[in-house]
Amino acid sequence: MSAAILDKRRRQVATVTDGKAAIDCAKPSLAGSVSQRACVFCGSRVVLYPIVDAVHLVHGPAGCAAYTWDIRGTVSSGPELHRLSFTTDLREKDVIFGGAEKLERALRALIARYSPKAAFVYATCIVGVIGDDVDGVCRKVSAEVGIPVIPVRSEGFRGTKKDGYAAACDALAELIGTLEPTEPVPPYSINILGDFNLAGELWILEDYYRRMGVNILARITGDGRVDDIRKAHHAKLNVVQCSGSMTYLAKHMKETYGVPFKQVSYFGIEDMSAALYDVAAFFKDPLLHEKASELVRDEVTRLLPMLDFYRERLTGRKAVIYVGGAFKTISLIKALRLIGIETVVCGSQTGRAEDYETMAGLCNPGTIIVDDSNPVELSTFARERGADLFIGGVKERPIAFKMGMAFCDHNHERKLPLAGYAGMKNFAEEVYGSVMTPVWNYVRRDSNGGVA
Amino acid sequence: MSDAVTVNPCKVCSPLGACVAFRGVAGCIPLIHGSQGCATYIRRYTISHFREPMDIASSSISEDSTVFGGTAHFSTALDNIIRQYAPAAIGICTSCLSETIGDDIALFLNEYKASHKGVALPALIRASTPSYKGTHMDGFHAAVRAILECAVKEKTATVEKQIVLLPGFVSPADLRYFKEILADFGFQGILVPDYSETLDGPSWDEYHRLPEGGTPIERISSSANSVATLQLGRALQGGGGDWLEETFGTPCRRLGLPIGLRESDALFAALAELSGLPVPPRYAKERGRLIDSFVDGHKYLFGKRAVVYGEEDLVIGIAALLNEIGINPVLCATGGVGETFRDGVLAVTGDAQRLFPGELEVMHDTDHDTIFARAEALKPDIVIGNSKGYKMARKLEAPLVRVGFPIHDRIGGQRQLHVGYRGTQNLFDLICNALMGAKQDKSPIAFMYV
Repeated sequence: MSAAILDKRRRQVATVTDGKAAIDCAKPSLAGSVSQRACVFCGSRVVLYPIVDAVHLVHGPAGCAAYTWDIRGTVSSGPELHRLSFTTDLREKDVIFGGAEKLERALRALIARYSPKAAFVYATCIVGVIGDDVDGVCRKVSAEVGIPVIPVRSEGFRGTKKDGYAAACDALAELIGTLEPTEPVPPYSINILGDFNLAGELWILEDYYRRMGVNILARITGDGRVDDIRKAHHAKLNVVQCSGSMTYLAKHMKETYGVPFKQVSYFGIEDMSAALYDVAAFFKDPLLHEKASELVRDEVTRLLPMLDFYRERLTGRKAVIYVGGAFKTISLIKALRLIGIETVVCGSQTGRAEDYETMAGLCNPGTIIVDDSNPVELSTFARERGADLFIGGVKERPIAFKMGMAFCDHNHERKLPLAGYAGMKNFAEEVYGSVMTPVWNYVRRDSNGGVA
Repeated sequence: MSDAVTVNPCKVCSPLGACVAFRGVAGCIPLIHGSQGCATYIRRYTISHFREPMDIASSSISEDSTVFGGTAHFSTALDNIIRQYAPAAIGICTSCLSETIGDDIALFLNEYKASHKGVALPALIRASTPSYKGTHMDGFHAAVRAILECAVKEKTATVEKQIVLLPGFVSPADLRYFKEILADFGFQGILVPDYSETLDGPSWDEYHRLPEGGTPIERISSSANSVATLQLGRALQGGGGDWLEETFGTPCRRLGLPIGLRESDALFAALAELSGLPVPPRYAKERGRLIDSFVDGHKYLFGKRAVVYGEEDLVIGIAALLNEIGINPVLCATGGVGETFRDGVLAVTGDAQRLFPGELEVMHDTDHDTIFARAEALKPDIVIGNSKGYKMARKLEAPLVRVGFPIHDRIGGQRQLHVGYRGTQNLFDLICNALMGAKQDKSPIAFMYV
């Protein structure tokens, strides 16, 4: 394993012993290492993207907007402004003379045409360098048109993807608390933070909460609406998934508005059920708890026999998990175990020390844990550990496929709901089909330790 | 829409094109001098089309380097790439950020080489690709030129039967077909780039850090000794072929991207002339079958209205084909910024302009929002372009024939053949069948014999 790791990255890779693994993390990516991470802009864009009734204007050359045009599996129950790509498409003359004037005209034109509830202006790399007064333009246009126009400090070089999450949370924080509800807010009202409604996942969760008697006030940000977010401070509880991106906002809301928060995950039976029980426990209403128990019992009773089928056939297989957020890795380790699959390599782009501790506690001795990895490492680790299955995103897919390994997409592009009990069934089905397909009969699995 | 805003861009940025071109040099890994995101976005975008590994390194510019310059990060990046990949070449392209902060890559590279005296370094290719200038096509052509500028140092003597082909941004299948054609004329071809294997490789027996294939730098270094350069693309100006001609006197034949009968004829005529050999019988037969199919299919095509969009030279090539088969190219559009696009479209659509006077519209430097607005008014029967026009085609209730890049919603974009008689045949069949299928699907009577 050591030959594949650059010296400066050695401390970001560890092998689990006694449920522990000491690992370095939360560092900038090493130049030339071919990190799977993106940039600050990516982090901001990914968090705010699902707000469907806002204009998302990317201030910079066209590339950043083009690469993020309608690429995600997030869906809307109403407007679809988020599926359009808006950019000031800066040219050489704008770089020389400044792009602020163009930005102002672009904003006016977009707001006039689409009547959005708000506009987000994403600053890309060069905006920070050429010194456009993005804040000033946003304030001016906002004052004139009467909707929030919010700058997002997402210059790509200004840190890591995680700093982009924080910039997005700052933008959301500007919205929150700016509108008062006209109707009384039901007593058991929560905000959902950090679900992005990929393939309608948020609607699955919403159904569960509704069955329990819990009301969703704001969806932040899956199927998100500006006005709901502005009123979000009236929720009694923030339920936070995707801890890496949204804990920052949850903490802000706790400090500013006194809204407490709970961290959850909706992937796999254990985490999904815990999410429902935690919310019931928070409201201290035995009826809620009873309804949650009933729901979990119904769903699990239906689901478990189906999972038996997959577990019988998949037991003994080994998996690599490498995704953006560590919370997802943690849930996936547990979800895979439900269907008989052990994780032999796992990691994330942006995990925190405590996330990696949790991973180590869940994994068998010898499991490799890695922070901010790259294709050379991932392919080497997967081969060394004899993995059959890789769970990742688009950039990891060809690594798996070229090595003759099954692959499941658990990223933002996917079109299959994997959250909740229904999602667990979909996940098991997808893993099963991916591992069992006869196409693997025709590829030669590379299992020697060497590198070609 | 206001000229201050682009809605749904019909282009991506120049480093993307450069990275694709760099993958066509043997053992070459691209390095973008920019934020980490540039490399990652471009990887995701290209992987989703080619469905192949696409490792692109980044110098991961951070806040301190935007103030103090990116030298430290840059040499760290080179060190780590060499350590991880042991590449034969590193294809370095810039970004909007590095160009704006004014990093001098040439100077960096000189310093780097000076500090590595006596160490065998990979070829360090350097292309300037600020994202605020041009599109991915400009980045592609800049990289092709940069590859030649890096590799070709001299002309010794002309090597008979050696020819340089600068194919432009075509598919791996197109590149394989070009190689076949050159070989059948007895040429030793130097393709710049040749990603026919690197971006469309077989299943691997063992993992490769860099995929096999590509034209070796040593081979490219003898380019000036070729009998000629074939530089494809009517819209292209100042390409690598121009540079070889200006610098070493290697004759440059500027041809259109060979899509359609006449543009393909021009390529085969040039090859026949340069080789002194007749067109090999298999291609004469391909040509014959193509014309035969034109006749077989013409009833389904005449006067049908097409909207075509994408990279400049691809659109010109498609327009050339439509012009030959009686389809009315009502709108030819590109996000490319050059003025040469219009001339190219007009040059290949003479018959269409005569048959459908005043109907042809040509738009450059445009976006999908503008294309859609025009298309709605023009009511096309068929839409031809990459996947990014899917929603437009769906709203127009017109079939979309997917060509070029990116094809993100179907499999096999890398195997799509566009060029020469065989590629034209493929496109002709796709277009004809799309129109026949649409008519059949829309008819209340379910004819199964048409």
